[in-house]
Amino acid sequence: MTTTARSPATPPPPPLPAGRRLLGGLYQRKKLQLALLLAAPTSWFVFLYLGSLAVLLVTAFWYLDPKTSSIVHSLTLQNFVTLVSEPVYRTIALRTVTIAALVTITDAVIAFPIAYYMARVAAPRTRSILFMLVLLPLWSSYVVRVYAWRVILSPNGPLDWFFGLIGLPGLSPGFSDTSMWLVFTYLWLPYMILPIYAGLERIPRSYFEASADLGGRNMTTFRRIVLPLVLPALAAGSIFTFSLTLGDYITPKLVSNSQFIGNVIYDSQGVANNVPFAAAFAVVPILIMGVYLLLARRLGAFDAL
Amino acid sequence: MRRHRFLALLPALAIVVAACGGGSSPAPTSQPTAAGSTPSSVPSAAAAAPTVGPGEGKLNIIIWAGYAEDGSNVPQYDWVHPFETQTGCQVNAKAADTSDEMVTLMRQGGGSVYDGVSASGDATLRLIGNGDVAAIDPTMFPDFANVASFLQDAPHYVVGGKHYGVPHGWGGNSLMYNTDIVKPAPTSWNVVFDPTVAAAYKGKITDYDSPIYIADAALYLKAHQPDLGITDPYELTQPQFDATVALLKAQHPWVGDYWSLYSKEIDNFTSKAVVVGTTWPYQVNTLQGSGVPVKSVVPSEGMTGWADTWMMSSRAAHPNCMLKWMGWMLTPAVQAMVAESFGESPANPKACDALDTGVGPYKLANFCTAYRVNDASYYSTIAFWKTPVADCGDGRGQTCVDYSIWTQKWTEIKG
Amino acid sequence: MGRLGLRIATLAGFAFLYIPIGIIVLYAFNAQRVQAWPIQQYSTEWFAAAINNDSVRDALLTSIEVGLGATFIALVLGSLAAFAVQRYRFFGRDTVSFALVLPIALPGIVTGMALNSTINATGIGFTIFTIIVGHATFCIVVIYNNVIARLRRSSRSIEEASMDLGADSWQTFRYITFPVIRTALLAGGLLAFALSFDEIIVTTFTAGTQETLPIWIFSHLRLPNQRPIVNVVAVFLIVLSAAPVYLASRLSGGTGVAGSST
Repeated sequence: MTTTARSPATPPPPPLPAGRRLLGGLYQRKKLQLALLLAAPTSWFVFLYLGSLAVLLVTAFWYLDPKTSSIVHSLTLQNFVTLVSEPVYRTIALRTVTIAALVTITDAVIAFPIAYYMARVAAPRTRSILFMLVLLPLWSSYVVRVYAWRVILSPNGPLDWFFGLIGLPGLSPGFSDTSMWLVFTYLWLPYMILPIYAGLERIPRSYFEASADLGGRNMTTFRRIVLPLVLPALAAGSIFTFSLTLGDYITPKLVSNSQFIGNVIYDSQGVANNVPFAAAFAVVPILIMGVYLLLARRLGAFDAL
Repeated sequence: MRRHRFLALLPALAIVVAACGGGSSPAPTSQPTAAGSTPSSVPSAAAAAPTVGPGEGKLNIIIWAGYAEDGSNVPQYDWVHPFETQTGCQVNAKAADTSDEMVTLMRQGGGSVYDGVSASGDATLRLIGNGDVAAIDPTMFPDFANVASFLQDAPHYVVGGKHYGVPHGWGGNSLMYNTDIVKPAPTSWNVVFDPTVAAAYKGKITDYDSPIYIADAALYLKAHQPDLGITDPYELTQPQFDATVALLKAQHPWVGDYWSLYSKEIDNFTSKAVVVGTTWPYQVNTLQGSGVPVKSVVPSEGMTGWADTWMMSSRAAHPNCMLKWMGWMLTPAVQAMVAESFGESPANPKACDALDTGVGPYKLANFCTAYRVNDASYYSTIAFWKTPVADCGDGRGQTCVDYSIWTQKWTEIKG
Repeated sequence: MGRLGLRIATLAGFAFLYIPIGIIVLYAFNAQRVQAWPIQQYSTEWFAAAINNDSVRDALLTSIEVGLGATFIALVLGSLAAFAVQRYRFFGRDTVSFALVLPIALPGIVTGMALNSTINATGIGFTIFTIIVGHATFCIVVIYNNVIARLRRSSRSIEEASMDLGADSWQTFRYITFPVIRTALLAGGLLAFALSFDEIIVTTFTAGTQETLPIWIFSHLRLPNQRPIVNVVAVFLIVLSAAPVYLASRLSGGTGVAGSST
């Protein structure tokens, strides 16, 4: 029988405090670790958020009894029937989606040069300053910026004055759908610049050099190398611009006369206390965003957020 | 490392403090609430004693813009600070744009978030019917006895013999126009509704952004299409309703703006984005005070209007403060400030003494005559806001169009 | 074309971004209450008025409280979720990122209405806590994305090495893992705070009588006489946030919106 040689002078290590022993005990139990990690976020999400959403969606199938002005808890499709049969809701939904799409495109177009410059041309010091400049407008409050645009767009306001100055009077869009597109483009621009910047920054320098070595000129490099690589980032940014425009009701109210999906929902909920109808109409943007998110995920947007 | 840990603690502390501190925004908590005294404002008409108990230190009310002036707009019109000083109830007023918003806000949190509201006739019955507001005993306010006779038992807030609030004031939605641009001076609503006349102001007309505005169009048709047989602009049979909606849809392309935010109307008239349309006297006063050339007129067809009542939530967190506010708002001095600053007829004609002398920059000579403060017959010509219900209330039975349809159609009209 | 075109486009973009800011600053010095164009008179009186205004101070404090609270919750929950998704394989792993992005991707009014109905139904009352809950829900994904991106970039071998050298789980986390994700947490936290600070739609539905700064601004912009003060407040915000934002951008080295790269 052999005895394992042991240094006789080493005392056994002192027992660890309870907490550390607990964590040590967890080390092997992967499933328990996972459960503990996920417990808090999952319960928060499922109960607080998804649960509320589910209740809202159920509400869409109830209806408001006009006589008592209270919600009747029995299932019916009448809200959806109204939505489908009345053409005005289609018009409003179409208008909202169209402007959201236009805003996304315009934001991408304006954001790209800025992000490209920041990511590939600017010196590191300048880059930080530019980065700050992009984020700063977001701190001046969404509402204030929309009101600033109200001032700019008002008749005889700065925009009118500017167009008069350059000899193109009457070109100002005033308060209209065009103005909405303009203001939304402005508001969400930083949200598009940042993901594109992050995406461009990730492209290694060597790719550009390799492309040039292989004979690609600027446009080709851009089209065949940069664009595919930055597509996830574009998709990520578009999630913000699209969804923020889709659900907004404050800007349409302030800079135009048209109704957006958000306005109808807000008015139904607040004005008529008709939460079932508001919930029913809310299904529309939820479905649209659901599809959009699935498409974006396909394009890899979730990795580029 | 240590710094990081400390920093990490701060947010946690913030949450703990917030959770423990409950919901109210920072307000002076030093107000005494005598533990022993029973609040005599328990919402039950029969049990109310004739005096109001001690204040709770805070008051959350929903108001029409301009109903709780604190001197920040015009220094002479301040009835909030004196109230706060006298009663210790810090006033937190939230302005709502439409009656519907007010109803929704009043119902928030089961009625416990806001203590009271200045409700117009198209909200009052809904609130009363749903049990959102409490019956009170008006005799606890000595000034109530002086309220105009036609308001003391008005059906829009007195139901089943119980008073569900106290009157505040009344007025009409008149027609405002830019005197430089709209010529000749209009005397009828046809300047916004009749294509031949309104065409001159295409894109510069404004409407009130609420389904209740359909009644304004109905009022116009009452005079101009008598064969429709409209008697009550809020109780319309289907054909009457359809004709009215058609009128508003036809008007839509010429409307420059639907305002619910009164300041939007002020902006629009100032910048001349809009030159004619329905308004509240408050905007007229403000615009004239800023030097914008506008005037308002009561058109020949008449006008819709509002008779507002201060009502208390049946689950008010600060009932005594609310009752004190109600009593305060009935006093002649306050009524005078309210009437002058907003441009409405005060519920308490005793205010006329102060009004005829003038209180602030919006004073008007012979205010009470101009605003027909004591004129019961003039009062009866205004089509005050009330909630359209299916029960026409007359021989027509249950054939009238309900307000929920009004709301849906309003969305359609705006397109 | 190339370089010059790019420079011009960038300049034009920044000009577009800052002209309305310029208007705000201009009108903060407008002597008149009415916002007419062109400005007739300039004055600095509104700055004094804004500083002395109690309600804006209260609103600012409320906003900071809410921001801190929401950011803290988001930091905790977002990190937990990120670790779970990055380090383990489990059923439903892919849907986690999808679910977490929903509060930010779905319109604010939907989230707001949903929470509002729940609060009304459960009768818990509208407090600062309900506002914090609303904000935390959409802030979680910001932290989650930052942390998960960082975790993807770091390898587990360093943790294993640490354990081999005798550190236990807590020590490993504290000395090895945490420093790795620290800047990701900071960048994410700052962004989450910014999102919460400027949020208005969900707040409208989850607040009772509390006023956060955006709500204060919204309710005061509606009053024509209060507009100059609001413009001043906006200018203050921009000036005050310039330094922290610059610091953040240097620290995080330029991360994405919900923060990924670096």
